[in-house]
Amino acid sequence: MNKLNFLKPDKNNLYVYVYTGSALLFISIFDVFLSSFFKINVTSYLPGPVSLLLPLIVGLFGLHLIRIEFSGIKYLDLLNKNINTSNFNGALTLLIIFAIIMATPPSLSWFIFDANIAGDTKEACTGSGACWTYIKVWLRRFMYGMYPNELQWRINVSFILLIALAFVGYFSGEKLKKFLTLYYVIIYPIIAYILIYYLISGGSFGLEWVETGAWGGLSLTFIVSFFCLIFCFPIGMLLALGRRSNLPTIKYFSVGFIEFWRGVPLITVLFMSSVMFPMFLPEDFFMDKLVRVIIAISLFEAAYVAEVIRGGLQALPRGQYDAAKSLGMGYWKMHIFVILPQALKLVIPGIANTFLALVKDTPLIFVVGLMEIAGMLGLAKTNPKWLGFAMEGYVFAAIIFWIICYAMSKYSYNLELKYKTER
Amino acid sequence: MSDPIIKIENMNKWFGDFQVLKDINLSVEKNKKIVVCGPSGSGKSTLIRCVNRLEEHQKGSIIVDGTELNENTKNIEQVRAEVGMVFQQFNLFPHLSILDNCTLAPIWVKKMPKKDAEELAMNQLKQVQIDDQSNKFPGQLSGGQQQRCAIARALCMQPKIMLFDEPTSALDPEMIKEVLDAMVNLAKQGMTMIVVTHEMGFAKEVADEVIFMDEGMIVEKAITKEFFANPKNDRTKLFLSQIL
Repeated sequence: MNKLNFLKPDKNNLYVYVYTGSALLFISIFDVFLSSFFKINVTSYLPGPVSLLLPLIVGLFGLHLIRIEFSGIKYLDLLNKNINTSNFNGALTLLIIFAIIMATPPSLSWFIFDANIAGDTKEACTGSGACWTYIKVWLRRFMYGMYPNELQWRINVSFILLIALAFVGYFSGEKLKKFLTLYYVIIYPIIAYILIYYLISGGSFGLEWVETGAWGGLSLTFIVSFFCLIFCFPIGMLLALGRRSNLPTIKYFSVGFIEFWRGVPLITVLFMSSVMFPMFLPEDFFMDKLVRVIIAISLFEAAYVAEVIRGGLQALPRGQYDAAKSLGMGYWKMHIFVILPQALKLVIPGIANTFLALVKDTPLIFVVGLMEIAGMLGLAKTNPKWLGFAMEGYVFAAIIFWIICYAMSKYSYNLELKYKTER
Repeated sequence: MSDPIIKIENMNKWFGDFQVLKDINLSVEKNKKIVVCGPSGSGKSTLIRCVNRLEEHQKGSIIVDGTELNENTKNIEQVRAEVGMVFQQFNLFPHLSILDNCTLAPIWVKKMPKKDAEELAMNQLKQVQIDDQSNKFPGQLSGGQQQRCAIARALCMQPKIMLFDEPTSALDPEMIKEVLDAMVNLAKQGMTMIVVTHEMGFAKEVADEVIFMDEGMIVEKAITKEFFANPKNDRTKLFLSQIL
């Protein structure tokens, strides 16, 4: 068996194995790189299947040779431990690396090299890649919907003001700290509502009135998500407490409410809110479509939030309730100061999950004729002058949604770290 | 003899069909220290949890400092504000610092100004010798320190009665002493105490009376010296022979 010894790498000839293995691995990756980036097939004289599989075989053999336990070389050990534990794992690693290399050139050329951004018409898009001209031309629509161009500064101003007001907490003095919760839970939403009502909707102070049907695009996504998040959280919290209440009326009301809203699809809820709901109202009573939609989504998501929070409440040991009671705290004091702070901390990941789902559910408001960013895409792609660019639109929307959601998930992770106390 | 501060008459309690407490009669006078002992499952913890109504009793009456415990939530909260309790598992609030643990109830239940509450809390923490830990969180403290903090937290409500539910059972042996010392100190200051414990040394040193419970009944109740020197009931004798 002496002859086959080279198949069993060991530490005695460490560097021989490491150098040979690395060289083979490099050759295999370089081969794939050449063939996908420069269309050069070095092994074209070999029969087709062999030429195709050769990099994999060479790479695998290379990985096999460098698979030496406790080699003492830090990065090699790290590599072996994580992606090269066995031939199977090695093969998976190689395949993934190859797939990434092979996917890079076509996506790069679609996104950048063959893409067009100049011009204002469809005819400007001559390349085989993406037509960013389409996004550029429609950008205002994607951001502001049908909101009149010359009035869009109102949306910008109110959003900037809202963001600025959201940072008040960072600059408030020590004395005002205790009012912060009150500010964020009650005052801030009211300010937001007033700003949006008077500035974006207009109709007073000499500002032209813009009906909510004309709102749209990303700004509408933000408005709907913002209010739904703000409303569904406290409602969900009360429902969660209600479901655990000792009072039968409150308990069964909460159970019924939660099970009802969890049992129906959001799309039907939205449809009901705009078609059925007005039938039950007196004729002279008017409630804006957008308001109805926000209420509907809030109630719907509140049911989910309630169940997430209930999970947190149940995770708390009974001793916490006992301790709070034994200090003479009543129901509300106990929950506000002892139970909820701990329970909410536990469910931050679950709440973040629900909120992300909510943001990504907002496109469904198209069923009532409100066009946020995805809805505007749907409109734009059916415009006769711009047929055939659905792909660019959806990629654009996907990127925007990803950025929003990633920011939210990052924020929730930071919150988790911030409120972490050793247990 | 002065009026009893706790008066329990014919108290019965069931968990479902299972009767945990049977015809309990007990009166505790002011400044007296009572130790309750007995095998596990005998209802000792349930008994003292009934005194501040963490458990409801179904029959009989409990009167604490002139207030009868019944469905009336106001009465219950009033009694709880006067009766401090220390638990086996400490039950500190893990999201609050040691100082905040102590000031939370005085500020929000007794409406004490924050400054006064903090001063009071620091005093109490000093009494149990953990005033240097006041800014830490419970998770950073040892079991003994946590339990002493729990005692301080209960004392910050300036209670008339203190209940201890096996305060040393969850502790490492070397930490038991520091907690017992704190309790002995408290006893010397004249606090009315009911202590459920297996620490017979503590009972001998501090208790005025010892109660032995078994199967939900008070089997024997005697002056401390008498209880250890001359137990009357066979069950008590057996129990004492096992743990002493």
